[in-house]
Amino acid sequence: MDIRVENIRKQFSLYPALDDVSLDIRSGELIALLGPSGSGKTTLLRLVAGLETPTAGRIYFGDEDASLRTVQERNVGFVFQAYALFRNMTVLDNVSFGLTVRPRATRPPKAEIRRRALELLDLVQLTGLEKRYPQQLSGGQRQRVALARALAVEPTVLLLDEPFGALDAQVRQELRKWLREIHDRTGHTTVFVTHDQEEALELADRLVVMSQGRIEQVGSPDEIYDRPANPFVFSFIGESSALPVTVKNHEVWTGGRAIGLPAPHEATGPASLYFRPHDIELVEDGAALAGVVAASRRVGGTRRVELEIGGHPDRVEIDLPFDHPAGERTRIAFRPKRWRVFPAGRGS
Amino acid sequence: MVGYLTRSTPPLSDGPVPALPPVPGLIARLRPGPPGWSFVKPSILPGFRLTFGYTLVYLSLIVLIPIIGLFLKAASVPLEEIVRIATAPRTLKALEVSFGSSLIAALVNVVFGLIVAWVLVRYRFFGRRLLDAIVDLPFALPTAVAGIALSALYAPKGWVGSLFSERGPLWQWWQAQTWLPFGISEFAPNLKIAYTPSGIVIALIFIGLPFVVRTVQPVLEEFEAELEEAAATLGASRLQTIVRVILPRLTPAVLTGFALAFARAVGEYGSVIFIAGNLPHISEIAPVLIVIKLEEFDQAGAAVIAGIMLVIAFVMLLVINLIQAWSRRRFGDV
Repeated sequence: MDIRVENIRKQFSLYPALDDVSLDIRSGELIALLGPSGSGKTTLLRLVAGLETPTAGRIYFGDEDASLRTVQERNVGFVFQAYALFRNMTVLDNVSFGLTVRPRATRPPKAEIRRRALELLDLVQLTGLEKRYPQQLSGGQRQRVALARALAVEPTVLLLDEPFGALDAQVRQELRKWLREIHDRTGHTTVFVTHDQEEALELADRLVVMSQGRIEQVGSPDEIYDRPANPFVFSFIGESSALPVTVKNHEVWTGGRAIGLPAPHEATGPASLYFRPHDIELVEDGAALAGVVAASRRVGGTRRVELEIGGHPDRVEIDLPFDHPAGERTRIAFRPKRWRVFPAGRGS
Repeated sequence: MVGYLTRSTPPLSDGPVPALPPVPGLIARLRPGPPGWSFVKPSILPGFRLTFGYTLVYLSLIVLIPIIGLFLKAASVPLEEIVRIATAPRTLKALEVSFGSSLIAALVNVVFGLIVAWVLVRYRFFGRRLLDAIVDLPFALPTAVAGIALSALYAPKGWVGSLFSERGPLWQWWQAQTWLPFGISEFAPNLKIAYTPSGIVIALIFIGLPFVVRTVQPVLEEFEAELEEAAATLGASRLQTIVRVILPRLTPAVLTGFALAFARAVGEYGSVIFIAGNLPHISEIAPVLIVIKLEEFDQAGAAVIAGIMLVIAFVMLLVINLIQAWSRRRFGDV
């Protein structure tokens, strides 16, 4: 089911946690809300679930205004970071909980509930563990029970709040792949919150990058990574280097000279140049950025070098082959292969 | 000496002793002892002997020795005499009144204690701290004062008691209900509260109130809001959430509170004597009977009744503890 968030505002005490946020979630897609802590991503998720009420704005499930409906009536599946399993119930009872609390008229018969719960446990690969209690399971298993429990009510939308945040790296990797599989098999509209960009880029069909209660950019992982809409997205997603520059004569200038980067559409004036440290080429001659090596360290198969560019106190980082002979105080000239110039004033 | 059982050094023998690697300080204490039973699990925490010794001495002086003395006294009575005292109708009735009212009072306290704890934890209202402090009053108030105040209130001429008395509005209203198949006098021939077993229950409710509240409160305070939210997203109504998610988690704490309130009620004397009327075979509790025996210089008889009370109370507390241990295993740590 399509979900439409319209001009949502949420105010906690003084500051707005969400400020006029609108978002369209398409039926069946897997969408990630990504942002640093305090960006309002969890608040947005909880508003969709109905666990918070918006200060202003509306949320539509399909064509229906869900803002007026209670949590119980919205029929969402919600998975918490800390699992939130009922530890007085077995795994099977946890999964069937959503069905057993239904009013008698819509509640399936007992045998049917059991059959469906077992089927879901099979889907999350926990067959045979239905008699265990949550505290007898590992973190990864618990989160899979939580997911099965959320799926049991046939939710209109599946909402996951940092579902893998409490798990260790390896389990997280595994569950990530597996969540994608489950999503592809069941086809539920799924929204998940994460602060892990790698997770978001790998898992989601579309990303919503948020910061300070606003949506910065919505797009596919490729769009977000290759065409960041603003300095925040550029520096938040992936690695980036930034340098204050000036745009003059449709060219990028720094330290009083052009550096060979055309800027045909940018307005003249002070600006910031953004590029990825690995997306550069070393140049021998011609207009280029030139700097002196201030520090260098080996990162896996490459060498991360910090350069001081002509008189600027800020350093930029670039990646060199690990066997590059650059030593301290060596002068290096390079040009970003891909870059973005943002007008100054909205730095990050 | 008990403490020596904790030694894990193997006794010296003539044969070649397997060379242990030199492990200094704390590590040495963790070395596994001889296989089999050991009195205390190895721990790196120092001071077991000192604190355990203190615990034993303290418990002995305050609890164990007096109780052993009590049983010795009771044991000096010949067996047929013990049986005679124990099966005397007056003793049996007193024990029944004591344990019966304590049980009812503790159960009532479970229900109302839960509600009070819920209100204190879940809502923020003007005067909450004051109410919170009031809960502890039964601990601080001399029980005799409580007994006198309660009996004044619930006596037939007291504020509350007069409502239930023969000329009270409740009685009148009941009498006016002509459609009832039975009159009030058949249903409850005695609506007096003070000077009856009902009065005892009220006094015991009063002195036991703080226990359930104080044991449930911290558990409720730490209850994860997420569990309730999870239940709500799954479609559970408020009532279903409380009954199926919250209450089971409170069970161990409720049991603790129940056990404490019950134990306290069984031993209560001061407040009960004022409100109970202490009529033999009707509203006489076992502690009162013990005091009466003492006043008659029948120390042996008093010791026998006290011993019986002690055994019954101990068995009940043990059972409650077992249920608690079970529920703790079942519902996880609380």
